[in-house]
Amino acid sequence: MMETISLTINNEVHTVLIETRQTLLSVLRDKLFLCGTKNGCNHGVCGACNVLVDGKAMRACLLLAITLQEREITTIEGLSENGELSLLQKAFASHQAFQCGFCTSGMLISATALLDHDSTPSISKIRHELGGNICRCTGYVQIIDAVKSVCEGKTDCT
Amino acid sequence: MHVKQDGSKYGVGISMPRRESYEKVSGSAVYTDDMVLPGMLYGAVLGSDYAHARIKSYDTKAAKALKGVKAVITAADFDMQRCGMLIKDEHPLARDKVRYIGEPVAAVAAIDMATANLAMQLIEIEYEELDAVFDAEEAMLENAPILHEERDSYDGIVASPGLHNVASYTRCQEGELDVWETCDVIVEGVYETPAQEHMYIEPCSTIADIDPMGKVTVWSSQQSVFIPRQLTAEALGIPMTKLRFITPQVGGAFGGKCGVTNQPVTVALALAANAPVKLTYTRSDDMIMNKSRHPSRIYMRTGADSSGKLIAREAKIYFNTGAYADEGPLIGSVATFFSRGPYKIKNMNVETWCVYTNRTKAGAFRGFGVPQATFAGESQIDELAEKLNMDPFDLRMKNMVATDDKWLGGQNIDHGTLPGCLKAVYEASNLRERPKQQKLDNNKWRGIGVSTSAHVSAVLSASAVVKLNEDGTITINTGAVDIGEGADTILSQMAAETLGLHPDDITYTCTDSDTSPYNYQTAGSRTTYVVGTSVTQASVQVRNQIYKHASEMLESAESDLEILPGSFVGVKGSPDARIPFSAVAGRALNQVGGPIVGMHSWLYHNTPFDKETAMIEGFALDGGGVFCFAAQVAVVDVDKDTGKVEVVEFWSAHDVGCAINPKSVEGQIFGGVVQGLGYALFEELVWIDGQISNPSMMDYKVPGMNDVPYDIHAIILETQEKTGPFGARGVGEIPLNGVAPAICNAIASATGARVRTIPATSERVLQEILKLE
Repeated sequence: MMETISLTINNEVHTVLIETRQTLLSVLRDKLFLCGTKNGCNHGVCGACNVLVDGKAMRACLLLAITLQEREITTIEGLSENGELSLLQKAFASHQAFQCGFCTSGMLISATALLDHDSTPSISKIRHELGGNICRCTGYVQIIDAVKSVCEGKTDCT
Repeated sequence: MHVKQDGSKYGVGISMPRRESYEKVSGSAVYTDDMVLPGMLYGAVLGSDYAHARIKSYDTKAAKALKGVKAVITAADFDMQRCGMLIKDEHPLARDKVRYIGEPVAAVAAIDMATANLAMQLIEIEYEELDAVFDAEEAMLENAPILHEERDSYDGIVASPGLHNVASYTRCQEGELDVWETCDVIVEGVYETPAQEHMYIEPCSTIADIDPMGKVTVWSSQQSVFIPRQLTAEALGIPMTKLRFITPQVGGAFGGKCGVTNQPVTVALALAANAPVKLTYTRSDDMIMNKSRHPSRIYMRTGADSSGKLIAREAKIYFNTGAYADEGPLIGSVATFFSRGPYKIKNMNVETWCVYTNRTKAGAFRGFGVPQATFAGESQIDELAEKLNMDPFDLRMKNMVATDDKWLGGQNIDHGTLPGCLKAVYEASNLRERPKQQKLDNNKWRGIGVSTSAHVSAVLSASAVVKLNEDGTITINTGAVDIGEGADTILSQMAAETLGLHPDDITYTCTDSDTSPYNYQTAGSRTTYVVGTSVTQASVQVRNQIYKHASEMLESAESDLEILPGSFVGVKGSPDARIPFSAVAGRALNQVGGPIVGMHSWLYHNTPFDKETAMIEGFALDGGGVFCFAAQVAVVDVDKDTGKVEVVEFWSAHDVGCAINPKSVEGQIFGGVVQGLGYALFEELVWIDGQISNPSMMDYKVPGMNDVPYDIHAIILETQEKTGPFGARGVGEIPLNGVAPAICNAIASATGARVRTIPATSERVLQEILKLE
């Protein structure tokens, strides 16, 4: 069954014809071509599809798009403004907190949500809060360093 | 390293951010599945329901008749041929027989995924079920069902050993066989390692587009544009002129995207539908249809004299390669080659069998046979130390190889950097002062374990083209696919260093089989060394041509010229006598000489085995060279009530010759250690009656941030590799090799319990603890 819905994504309202069973991930990628949000595992384990829903990091692959009409959605594309990266994004670049980059969007979304709620998290809190985002390349150390550097106001490590 | 006018540094040795940083952190980097072509269809693959069966007939009429279905193919429709990197034993879609549950047997292209999935349910395949075998040693028994009746007639570079279900057999023997009576201490054991899933976060994905002339362009998540093009051409009987392979960003690979994955099937679907087709595996399909690391069972015996001098080792290594050989014969050869470890053991006798069974195939995975051999070998060093009442560290120092010692097989070790690595972890971890066993709260015990490992970092061929552009900037073009490890950045840094340019003035091309010069694969820890050599040498050619032009333009001897910051060439000591690269390029293009292009192409020649000292049989490699070494230390806490292991701190020392980008080197070390930690403690594909029972990220655990320590210490040593670009050697694989034995040695130190089967799950650790009580 098809239905037309309105979604507020990155402060922009998108009106889109979807199937009622369609996930937010599928709408983002297949309908709106916001492809920064990735599909890694198909069922809510890896975190590559994380987006912010009213400021909370959530799995886009487990959300039905049709239920989100009144919500504010932020994707990776919404973390930078007019091409200017956020402090966290800059820190990920300077700390090489990614390798292949496939988990990076979801990792940045989770880290953004964390810092929005706690600007000075301990290392154990960072590990706990980002524990649901799987990265297969980095071993996580440089991701933790990048997040920490933003808390300490030192994003440029070069 | 160079210094810009503003004081910033660039070139080799600088931890410059990745060149693709902006794309990757802004979400704009394009991976294969992100691409959409006009009129593109969606592909899906139907897997076999049987572990071993003869295909009697296909009925695809109902699927073809479904609205929205544009193509349904089987091997019969397409006359697919067998392909393979070492043994041509595998059809892209099963032909005549299926050999594992989930083996691709038919494929569909439809207007959307829902239609494609529906069509798959309408395909009827009649099978005649055959007996199946899942264990490598059982498969070698005479009464076991045969998977490949025609193995002896298969083409490929590895001859059949003529043994029951054995894809390949390798043996290396040095010294004497009958020396066990001269050993004062002998340890003997069976070591088992799991089928580890690569679990790159981006599942395999391919898009194939067909032009009006019938040429197919293929975008795929892959580790090379050349090997998959070659194998696709072979499988489908298409000339390479009709196939163009391009690699967008790759979301991790680790060996799992070596060779071919789903490219041939996607190309076949595009040809059958005469339309572009995208085929992206679901996570489950990826785990079932693509390869894993070879599970192994290793019977090993090592003997020493009472002083701790190692005297003899023998090993029988069984690799379960699943239904198809893939790179198994080479991986078996490498395991044999590394079975002695980095130690001087005079008497060696090692045999490796790579055996067909009715399971998903195994293939290349970071470490390539070395992690399995290292787990057994490094466990035995500690077991020997215990029997000898020696410190395991001292036993390693006593027997390790150093510069100008010989590797197994007789190759000279030109840079024996292991002693430096061992000393580095010894000091950094304060090993001398640390108690071997420490009781913590409740029934938790802390222990410490050491391991060493080795790898090679140079195989096969590569080439590079470096061009001076009209505006004085540079374009580098290689066939090196950046799978996330950073090739694009470090190759740019090497060109930047050679030409005195800032990397911003260097662009690099996307790998494209039509335009990129040949490179084997991003594999074997080889890109920095092999492709880096080509980029550096091609850049030197460009620099020499710049000097030649500038010498004529500035009327000065070439030896008096130097490259200056900001893309200038000038006369040493005369700040005003300088010209920009753009002026040199303009002169070359329009007045004298022609375009300035550097081109370098080469093949790394292994140092051959010494046939006088070593008896070598069945090797798929002809020797080795450019050895690299590592030493690792793990501190673990073990709960003796539950068997749960937590790694609390880890040191990993690597001599990389020259760290082109130190932060990237650290990234390889951290990432390899954590992947090794998963191998040691959590990760294992489990088969029940031939069926993978955990084909999802929910049921197959890879380490998350909470499961690994933040305190992983990457120690980089830099003993210049005389033959390497800027003295560099590779580091991609070696950080994983010794992690599992370091952790299991630490578990033994904490509890006295020796775990010889990994992953060392709580259950396995507890079982070993209970045996002691």
